[in-house]
Amino acid sequence: MKAKIKLFATLRNGRFDVAEMDLAEGTTILNITEQLEIEKKDAAILFINGVHAELDSLIREGDDVAIFPPVGGG
Amino acid sequence: MDKILRIDMGAAGGPKMKVEDLGQYAGLGGRALTSAMIAAEVEPTANPLGAENKLVIAPGLLSGTVAAMSGRISVGCKSPLTGGIKEANSGGQAAQVLAKLGYAAIVLEGLAPEGKLYKILINKDGVKIEPADEYKMLPNYDLIDKIKGVYGDKVTCMSIGPAGEMKLSASSIAITDMEFRPTRHAGRGGVGAVMGAKGVKVIIMDDAGLKNREPKDPEKFREANKKWVEGLRSHAVTGQALPAYGTNVLVNIINESGGFPTRNFKTGQFEGASAISGETFADIETKRGGNPTHGCHRGCVIQCSGTYVDKNGKFVSKQPEYETTWAHGANCGIDDPDTIAMLDFLDDNYGLDTIDMGAAIGIAMEAGIIKFGDKEGAINLIKEIGKGTYLGKIIGSGAAIAAKVFGVERAPVVKGQAMPAYDPRAIQGIGVTYATSTMGADHTAGYCIATNILKCGGFVDPLKSEGQIELSRNLQIATAAIDSTGMCLFIAFAILDQPETFQALVDMLNAFYGLSLDADGVAALGKKVLSAERDFNKKAGFTAAHDRLPRYFYTDKLPPHNKVFEVTDKELDSVFNW
Repeated sequence: MKAKIKLFATLRNGRFDVAEMDLAEGTTILNITEQLEIEKKDAAILFINGVHAELDSLIREGDDVAIFPPVGGG
Repeated sequence: MDKILRIDMGAAGGPKMKVEDLGQYAGLGGRALTSAMIAAEVEPTANPLGAENKLVIAPGLLSGTVAAMSGRISVGCKSPLTGGIKEANSGGQAAQVLAKLGYAAIVLEGLAPEGKLYKILINKDGVKIEPADEYKMLPNYDLIDKIKGVYGDKVTCMSIGPAGEMKLSASSIAITDMEFRPTRHAGRGGVGAVMGAKGVKVIIMDDAGLKNREPKDPEKFREANKKWVEGLRSHAVTGQALPAYGTNVLVNIINESGGFPTRNFKTGQFEGASAISGETFADIETKRGGNPTHGCHRGCVIQCSGTYVDKNGKFVSKQPEYETTWAHGANCGIDDPDTIAMLDFLDDNYGLDTIDMGAAIGIAMEAGIIKFGDKEGAINLIKEIGKGTYLGKIIGSGAAIAAKVFGVERAPVVKGQAMPAYDPRAIQGIGVTYATSTMGADHTAGYCIATNILKCGGFVDPLKSEGQIELSRNLQIATAAIDSTGMCLFIAFAILDQPETFQALVDMLNAFYGLSLDADGVAALGKKVLSAERDFNKKAGFTAAHDRLPRYFYTDKLPPHNKVFEVTDKELDSVFNW
């Protein structure tokens, strides 16, 4: 299945901004972050289709996955 | 910081000043002091631009010390925008300098005779008040240039631009930064108009020959400050994300969450978000020879600001903040960083609140005066304010007034003040703060984004109403206390997650003043501030009906989550039940 993976801020360094990835059924966000060598503490805020997700959330066909490091502002 | 400078701008024969002891205000600073003074000394039903109103300028309790991040200043008055009490909070150099000069507050009172304009000079030798007719209607950057020629660039200024002189209700007070540029603003609530009504164009402060304020227990203070700085540097937000990308790092994440108000709050995602994100701004600034990492005042270790330059490397403005980038960007359908930076400069130059300006232009776009996405049109509308045309004055009076004049009912305002960069339908917690804050719609009053979106201090689901009242209540209390210390609110990211960093802040206060405050004492201070503000607003005529969002937030669903604001009126009325 295909899903869109988006990285932001420091997570882009040496990786990518957006990538369409071919994933096996049952893939979680954690599988992605491990593959991309992103430490757990750096994958602080996660969204699937604009809704907050967790590292163990399952990714489904066509999902839009966003991974942010800890950020703040305002 | 043991005295108060009062200046009666309306005294017979010209302004008269007196210096007083702190008296009943001893132990207060920042917002606690401005709100206590306004509550005690200003008739709540007073005309905001009249002789009965006062403008109180107060550094925080730890300003003027070596404590990192202590350079925030509070500006209080009855607001001409909201009709309620106001504390507009700003960075820049003024808090540190005024505190070192020994003043806990400057209070401008009375009403200057029509057409009279003054400058106030404060240094270690005393205070002078002089006519400033030569500065009439000067924009802030031009004013600062003139002042530089006379007083040098080592002084600090608080000034108003033409918007403040015209007494427009969205006018700001500019505060110079470390480079002596008027880039930091007490922006919200029309404080510039009150300064204009007092006939004060600029306050010029010089701390030459003065030292930092000394704590009662220097050793404990030094130790606490060391832990404080370590805590701020080790937290991922205050130590990494804010320095690298500034506040604008939020564009992508708020857009991702579906709460990024787009085209006058019609949708929650902007297709041009990436082009105006913090990542993009930092990239542009680095490539063009600007600077993405810069502090707004001496003693800042977070360094969330930056310098934006044009293609030729020439200064345009400070790095536009997230709220400004959103207001002039997504809210107006504009995805061009150069345009946003120019609008930021124009707002600063004329002395205007960037949030209310972006919201007002969004409304002008909805009304069809210009089209969404019209970059030149947006710039021209702000320039109209500088020219003082009737159209300019309407925009410069903020979103609520512009909406009435242009016949637009979808005005994203509470108590007359424009909502900042988070849609309360997709981020319900911030809706509670917008609705109930004593300040009108104000994100900083209780920054629920931290816990709704950024997972600082835990997590409360932004799309549900559960837990939002308690979250907003606790953050409003904490914020009222932090705003009294002179600390930058961004320290909240670190202290929400790291108990030892919060303790370091409490230890600094205790070591400086010889107190024995604990966490409960800090909360009690916050509650006291909020109670005084609520009481003032009640006497000014505010009721529970004012603690609500505009109706369309309850009826019009916001894409992509298709949510409305779901927190009930009964719940909203329980925020201040302590």
